[in-house]
Amino acid sequence: MLANFGFGALIITFLVALYGIGAAIYGGVKNSARWVESARLAMLLTFPLITLTAVSIIIMLVTRQYQVQYVYNVTSDTMPLYLKITALWGGQAGSLIFWSWLMAAFATAVTLRKWDRDREFLPWVIVVSLITLAFFVGMSIFVENPFERFWLSASGREMVAMFQPAGATPLIPSDGRGLNPLLRHPGMVIHPPMLYLGFVSFVIPFAFAIAALITGRTDDRWIRITRRWSLVAWIFLSLGLVLGSRWAYDVLGWGGYWGWDPVEIAAFLPWLSGTAFLHSVMIQEKRGMFKRWNMVLVIVTYALVIFGTFLTRSGVLSSVHAFAQSAIGPLFFGFIGVTFIASLALLLHRWKDLTSAGQLNSMLSREALFLLNNLLFMLILLVCLWGLIFPIVSELFTGQKVTFGPPWYERITGPLFAALLLLMGVAPLSAWGHSTVKTLGRAMWKPTIVSVAVLAVALATGVRSVGALIGFWLVGFVIAITLYDYGRAIWARHKRSHEPLPVAFWNLVGRNRRRYGGYIIHLGIVLMALGIIGIEMFQTETQGTLKTGESLSLSGYTVTFRSLAEWNNPDGRNIARAVVDVSKDGRYLGQLAPRRDFYFDAQQSMTIPGVRSTMEDDLYLLLVDWEEFNSNQATLKLFHNPLINWLWVGSVVLILGMLVAAWPDQEPDAAVQRAAQKASGRVTAD
Amino acid sequence: MQEKVNTLSMKSYRSLGLAILLAAVLLALLAGSVWAQDPQPPSDDEVNKVAKELYCPVCENIPLDVCPTQACAQWRELIRLKLSQGWSEDEIRTYFAQQYGDRVLAAPPLQGFNWVFYVLLGVFVVVAVVVYIRVVRNLRTKPAAADAVVQDEQPAIQDDYLKKLEEELNRREKSS
Repeated sequence: MLANFGFGALIITFLVALYGIGAAIYGGVKNSARWVESARLAMLLTFPLITLTAVSIIIMLVTRQYQVQYVYNVTSDTMPLYLKITALWGGQAGSLIFWSWLMAAFATAVTLRKWDRDREFLPWVIVVSLITLAFFVGMSIFVENPFERFWLSASGREMVAMFQPAGATPLIPSDGRGLNPLLRHPGMVIHPPMLYLGFVSFVIPFAFAIAALITGRTDDRWIRITRRWSLVAWIFLSLGLVLGSRWAYDVLGWGGYWGWDPVEIAAFLPWLSGTAFLHSVMIQEKRGMFKRWNMVLVIVTYALVIFGTFLTRSGVLSSVHAFAQSAIGPLFFGFIGVTFIASLALLLHRWKDLTSAGQLNSMLSREALFLLNNLLFMLILLVCLWGLIFPIVSELFTGQKVTFGPPWYERITGPLFAALLLLMGVAPLSAWGHSTVKTLGRAMWKPTIVSVAVLAVALATGVRSVGALIGFWLVGFVIAITLYDYGRAIWARHKRSHEPLPVAFWNLVGRNRRRYGGYIIHLGIVLMALGIIGIEMFQTETQGTLKTGESLSLSGYTVTFRSLAEWNNPDGRNIARAVVDVSKDGRYLGQLAPRRDFYFDAQQSMTIPGVRSTMEDDLYLLLVDWEEFNSNQATLKLFHNPLINWLWVGSVVLILGMLVAAWPDQEPDAAVQRAAQKASGRVTAD
Repeated sequence: MQEKVNTLSMKSYRSLGLAILLAAVLLALLAGSVWAQDPQPPSDDEVNKVAKELYCPVCENIPLDVCPTQACAQWRELIRLKLSQGWSEDEIRTYFAQQYGDRVLAAPPLQGFNWVFYVLLGVFVVVAVVVYIRVVRNLRTKPAAADAVVQDEQPAIQDDYLKKLEEELNRREKSS
């Protein structure tokens, strides 16, 4: 009953979306406000409709309706309630619904904004948003239906179908298979929604860009409208990536946070193009340049959003044969192809209208450095994208897959990331329009001296790796420049207005949230870089089989094996847990208990590390092996991860910066427009 | 009698010499076989050092040293065996690549179809650099006079704009 209800709501959502697309196109072409308004209301209606579908699935998951295949695949009796609810995005069919749900929510939010001055964009924003939504909803209806149920035919054959086949009776399993154990982690509960929110919110800037191309209103109005949408999309995408890293560190049991896995890279690609876009739009706003490039970036970002979902959902990563056999893969591929080609065709159609108002005048101007920043981001993107798809290409042509492991990616992208860090330090001090070595040098020399001091400290503490020394210097350089820039501006406010320093800081950030929020984001990134340098360049590890009382040492830490216990937990897990004493340089620090959980329902195990964390380092301990019926011996693996926690601290700073940058301005947009118009007839907001 | 004793002793000496020679040969053989093998089996760390640079042939992109599957545990034991037999790390990597294909290596070797990857990667980098150089060259070939106009003009517009904006914001702040 509930399955039929949810499926019915899904079909109505699909039909309403199709109607909205048709009405918006008709209204846009015929310039009919009535039809456009009707399309707007249709888009508004999609959210409550698909909410009914999503809530139906959640109720089925919570009420253990195992006759529904999706419920059977992702839940079991022993799972706690919160995991049953979040199992909505624990499997393919549910995650597609979840994607559509979020997409509808964002489409609704766009619908509710004030459209007074941008009425001509509205029908085309509706068309793009609803085409994207209709595609995903269509996939759920025709290919990955989450409401399909088990049936038993008259001949005793098990079947899966949406509606009861003739002569068949419902088949209701007594328990489900349960969620993949790796997904039963708080990080994984939040990680997919964040990533999906990032994905769907990038659809909105793309929709406005396409609307601008269709309507021919190719000034920077679309960029100004979508500035906050882009930032919000970037926030969610960044949060999703950070949470995914934390989850990998806590759950995957290999002592790291980022494995350059194809799924990780698929989520990283739109982040790269999105970050380039966030920087590049500033050039268009300030100097009227790179209009074509911004269009390219937003089109690429949208394509990568869909491509990322396609990669993780089509099975193409495991094998091209799986892709060819799946119905979802070719459909996704077709959708990406059609939308990408159509977008590029529109861009070419408006190519001449998108000429730059300004020109590059200096290699060291802010816009020239931003261009270099974009080039580096796109190079990293190309390297990652090519590394991601070449194994598929290789399998297609030779039948042989190849691997690109972390060392390969790190070798290629490491210098590019280092160059980006350098730009992050230099660019904020360069001026729009024109900068020279002299002006830049004058602005930079003080923080540069501080950064050289950081380098000296690193050398004095025994760091000899050239890569690490460059990395530490860059971290010191960016932090020094950012704080110096903050300090200079706060001091100037304090001197001019006699504001106390904290008030001057508050007002400074409040007056230019985007700029100073951006600098906080930069600080977050360099702190993250510090953690990454620590773990990538100084991580050490050892492994050994210990009897009770025996010890293993690593980087000053000594781990002494005390005991091992194995038992069946009432929640459906078999737990093997070792207890070890940890000491450092002879001082007892406490106990750690690494364990291995085996989930009976999913027949899968999960390695949970024992971790001792400080800002200096992590001691990361894994239970690798043990003998059954012998609790006096265990094989343990130790990782020493220096500075890793700066990665998480940096992530928090990053989030803080993103909130500052995205926080709505106190002043209404109109006031800013008036001030701008009064200031100069040449600098107009529209 | 003396001759008999001498003959006997000669025989004994000869037998003794033969026995010693045999024992020496046996010892040498035994010692040789023992020395050929490391008295200490390779440690987990030595095995993991090799396994870290190989990828699980079954699972996706998981290094062999951390892959939890039974198959990978057996492959790690195979690495231990090969190390104990005196194989070098390179020999072991080559052996795995021959057995399970290039996908076990951390990056595809420069051979056959893999050239396509490296050549195109190079093309991407060259195109990116060429685009950048073209933009920069365009910038350098522009007349200096035009530069001067823009240099003078742009900051003035910005400063004026920002000043007015700041004034407007201050007014609104005071009035609210």
